[in-house]
Amino acid sequence: MFGMEFYVDPSRCIGCQSCLKACEECDTHRGVSMINFDFVDRKETIAAAAYVCWHCDDPTCAQVCPADAIKKYEDGIVGSSLKPRCIGCSNCVLACPFGIPKLAPEYEQMMKCDMCYDRTSVGKKPMCATVCPSQALTYVTPETIAATRREKPINTFWFGNQKITTKVYMMAPADAGEIAIDVADYTWEGEYGLVPQAF
Amino acid sequence: MARVPLSQDELSTRFGPHLNYTPPGGWQGKSGKEAEKLVKTHCCFCGQQCGIQLKVRDNRVIGFEPWEEFPFNRGMLCPKGVKRYLQGNHPDRLLDPLMRTADGFRTASWDESLDFTARRLRELQEKYGKDSVAVYGGASLTTEKSYLMGKFARVGLGTRHIDYNGRLCMVSAGTAYKGALGADRAPNPWNDIAEAEVLFVIGANIGECAPITTDYIWRARDKGAKLIVADPRFTPISRNADLYLPVRPGTDLALLMGMLHVIIRDGLTDRAFIDAHTTGFEKTAESVEAWNPLRAAEVSGVAPEAIEKAAHLIGESRRAMLMHARGLEHQSKGVENCEAVIAIALATGNIGREGAGPIMITGQGNGQGGREHGQKCDQLPGQRSLTDPAAREHVAAVWGISPDELPGPGYTAVEIMNAIHSGEIKGLLSICFNPLVSLPDANFTGEALEKLEFFGVIDFFLSETAAHADVILAGSLQEEEEGVTANVEARVIHIQKAVDPPGNARTDSSIICDLAGRLGRGQYFPFKEPREIFEELRRASQGGIADYYGITYEKIDRQMGVFWPCPTLDHPGTPRLFEDGRFFHADGRARFMSLAWRDSGDPVDAEFSIYLTTGRVVSQYLSGTQTRRIGALVDQYPEPKLEIHPRLAEHYGINTGDWVTVTSRRSAITLEAMVVRTIRPDTVFIPYHWPGGRSANRLTHRTLDPRSKIPEYKVSACRIEKSAAPGERS
Repeated sequence: MFGMEFYVDPSRCIGCQSCLKACEECDTHRGVSMINFDFVDRKETIAAAAYVCWHCDDPTCAQVCPADAIKKYEDGIVGSSLKPRCIGCSNCVLACPFGIPKLAPEYEQMMKCDMCYDRTSVGKKPMCATVCPSQALTYVTPETIAATRREKPINTFWFGNQKITTKVYMMAPADAGEIAIDVADYTWEGEYGLVPQAF
Repeated sequence: MARVPLSQDELSTRFGPHLNYTPPGGWQGKSGKEAEKLVKTHCCFCGQQCGIQLKVRDNRVIGFEPWEEFPFNRGMLCPKGVKRYLQGNHPDRLLDPLMRTADGFRTASWDESLDFTARRLRELQEKYGKDSVAVYGGASLTTEKSYLMGKFARVGLGTRHIDYNGRLCMVSAGTAYKGALGADRAPNPWNDIAEAEVLFVIGANIGECAPITTDYIWRARDKGAKLIVADPRFTPISRNADLYLPVRPGTDLALLMGMLHVIIRDGLTDRAFIDAHTTGFEKTAESVEAWNPLRAAEVSGVAPEAIEKAAHLIGESRRAMLMHARGLEHQSKGVENCEAVIAIALATGNIGREGAGPIMITGQGNGQGGREHGQKCDQLPGQRSLTDPAAREHVAAVWGISPDELPGPGYTAVEIMNAIHSGEIKGLLSICFNPLVSLPDANFTGEALEKLEFFGVIDFFLSETAAHADVILAGSLQEEEEGVTANVEARVIHIQKAVDPPGNARTDSSIICDLAGRLGRGQYFPFKEPREIFEELRRASQGGIADYYGITYEKIDRQMGVFWPCPTLDHPGTPRLFEDGRFFHADGRARFMSLAWRDSGDPVDAEFSIYLTTGRVVSQYLSGTQTRRIGALVDQYPEPKLEIHPRLAEHYGINTGDWVTVTSRRSAITLEAMVVRTIRPDTVFIPYHWPGGRSANRLTHRTLDPRSKIPEYKVSACRIEKSAAPGERS
C-alpha cells in the first residue's frame, strides 16, 4: 500500500521480540500482540523467527469461516475477525496453513495481524516492521528490496496440493523458486516403505 | 549504620519491584486516544540512544510513536525502548523523599531531608576530613548532570572521591583509545559500519546489547561484507557470521596477538601508514613475535586455521572495522585487549576512513557524555586530566575558584567501595547507580554499605542499594528533565522534557543545586534549568578534547545531533576522527603499545574447574531497577538461567530446568539450568540483572584492570552441582 510491501527474512531475526512489544502498543488490538514468534530450537541454535499474517490473496481462513467474519480489503489486507460475526469456532485457526489466527478465549473471538491497518491505510508503516532492529520484518518498496537485498522475495507457497499466493513476501535464497511444504516429505513410511491404506 | 531497616518481604511489598503492564488508564482507556503532544526525544536505556517520540496526555506518558526521521535508528527500537514509558505512573515510584526509621522508611519533606543530608555530610567531613565522603554518579545521567556531579563533588563538597558506574563500563576502552589515539570516543560514525568490507566483532553481544547496530551489520553483509564474531557464546549476531571464533573467557588477548602475529608475518601491514602516522610499532611487533597461531590457539581455544583466516580477512581489506564491547573490556587485561584491537587497526591502516576503524560500542545511555566532563575521579570537563595544570586553570576560572581549591584525583568506583569497607570512607552520596547489584562480589558490597555512617541516595525507585540508605531523595526519570547525551558515535543529542516529575519528586539537578546551597556553596550552583548548566559546560569544555563550545540545543535539533569536537558555533561537528591522519597526541601520531600476556585474576583450577562468564539479556537493562518493574520485559525473560553446554551438563546429570548450585571462591547461588549448544563446553553463563540469591555478582571477584580499574566480570572460576530449588528468595 502506498507502494510499500511487507517482507519477512527470518535469517536476520535476533530474537529480541521488539515486534511483539510494539504490536501490542498499536491502536487496534491494544495490549495483545499478534506476532507469531518462535525460538526454532533453542537448545541447538539461537535462530529465531517472527511472522505476521501472510495476507493471502485467497485467504483460507475466510474460505472456511462459517460466519463470514473475515474480510479482505481492497488493498489486499485480510482483516482480523469481525467482532459482531465471529463465533469463536476455530475453523480458521485449524485451516490456516501458516498457523496464524489464534482464538482469544476470553473474547470467544479469533484475533490476528491486520497489518496495523490503522497505520498502513494512511501510509504509515506497521509497528513491527518499523521497530525491528534487524529489519527481519521490513516494510519498503519493491524497488528498495531489489536494490538492497541479495535474497529474493517469494510469495508463492505450496502446502500439499494447495497453492497459496500472499501479499506478504518471504525472503529466500536468490536461486529459490516457489516454497513447497509437503507433509509427505516428512513422513516415515515404515521399514519397507509402505503406508497402510486408509481405505 | 546503613543496615536495611525492613525485611526483604516488607521491602518488596511496599517498594517493589512490582510489575507495570498497562499504560495510564489501562489499555482501553484514554491512552488509546490521541496524544496531546508527541515529544521527540531518545531512549533512556543504552548507548544507541534511539530516537523515539513519547506520547503525552495530561502530563503523563501514555505510549510511544516511532521517530523515523532520526537518522541513527530510523524508527527502530528494541523491546526495552518500546516499553520504557511504563516506568512512569508506576506504583513503586518515589513521590516524596524518604528517611530511615528504626523499622522502615517514612516520607519526609524536602527541607528535612536535604538539611539532614547537608548536615551529615558536613559533620563527617569536619570529623574525619574532606575525603571521608564520596560521591557516586552514573552514566545514564544527562551530560549536564554528569558535569554537575563532578563540580558538586569538587566545589560543593571539596572531596576528591567522585566516580561513577561507567567505571564498570567504558574505562578499559577509554584508557586504551586515549593512550593510543589521544581521544576517548569511537572514531567513526555508525554509518561507516554499513560501508565496511570486513566486520570483526569481539566481545560484543550486539543482538542483545546494541540491537539497532544489527541492521548496520546486516546492511554491510548485503553488500558482500564478511562478518567475523569472537565470543565464548554463539550469540544472535553470530547466526550470519562467516567465521565464528569461540574464544575461551579471558583469553581474547592471545587471540588478538595471534592475529597480529599473522598480519605481520604475512606482510599484511600497511607500512606506509605505520611509518607516516604512528610510533612504537617495533615494540608491538616484538611482543607478538612468539604468538604464532599454534600458541594463540592453545591459550584461546580458537583453532589455528581460524586465527589465520581472521587475520587475513582483516589484513587484506582496506575497509575493516573492529567492533568491541564489554566482553573484551571487562577483564583484568581489558586495556591491553583494546590496545591489541587498535594495534590491528593501525597496523593494517584501517583507521580514519569510511568503513575503516576500531570501534568501541558504548553500553550505557550516556556512557559517552557521562565520561567526558568530570564525573570521573581523575577528569575535568572537556575530557581533560585533573592533574594537568593548564586544565585546572581553565576549569577553575570557569568555576570562579582558584586552581588550588580543586582536589586531586580520588578513588575509582570499586576502590571507593573498598575504602567504605575498610572504614576509610564514612559517607556516600549516590545517584544513578545500584552497586549492590552491579559491583562484583555482592556480599562484600553489602558488608561495605552497612558500615557507612551516612548514606544518601537520589533515585526514582527504591533500588536494592537504596534500601541501605539513611535518606532517599526522590529524583527524576529521563523524560522529566531536559538535557543532552552523547550516543555511541559521540553524536551529542537532545533529551527533551516530556512530563513533570510526579508527586513531590524533583528534577535531579534541582536537588543537587539545592543541596549545594545548604552546604553553603550555592553561589557556584545558580542553575535554574539544565540549559544554564549546559551554557557553563560549553565554556568549561572549550579547548578540551571533548569540545562542546560550538554546540547548542537548537543546533542539535537542526542537525539531528552534533558530533564532538565542535569548537565553534559555525563548526558543523566531527563525525569521523583522524581523517587527515593526525591523531590527538602532541606529535600527531598514534601509538602502538607493548602487549604482554598475564593470567586472569580468578583462575580455574582443580577445585573451581569451570569458566564462569556473565552478561546480559535483551529484555533487561543493567541492574534491572527499571526493567524489572516493567511486566512485558520481565515476562520475556523472568529469571536468570545458567547457560550450560550439553557435554558439560551430561557430566553432572543436568537437564534444562534442573536447579544447579554454582559456587565461586566468594559465594554460591542456585539457578535453573538452560542446556544449550551455543556456549563453550568449558564455560557457563549467567545474566546479571537480578539481585540477592539470583545475583551473578555474588560470584564475581574484585580483581581490577590495573590501569582502568574495571572489574573482571567476564572471567571467573566456579564449580557446579545439581541441587534442589532454593528456599526463600532474597
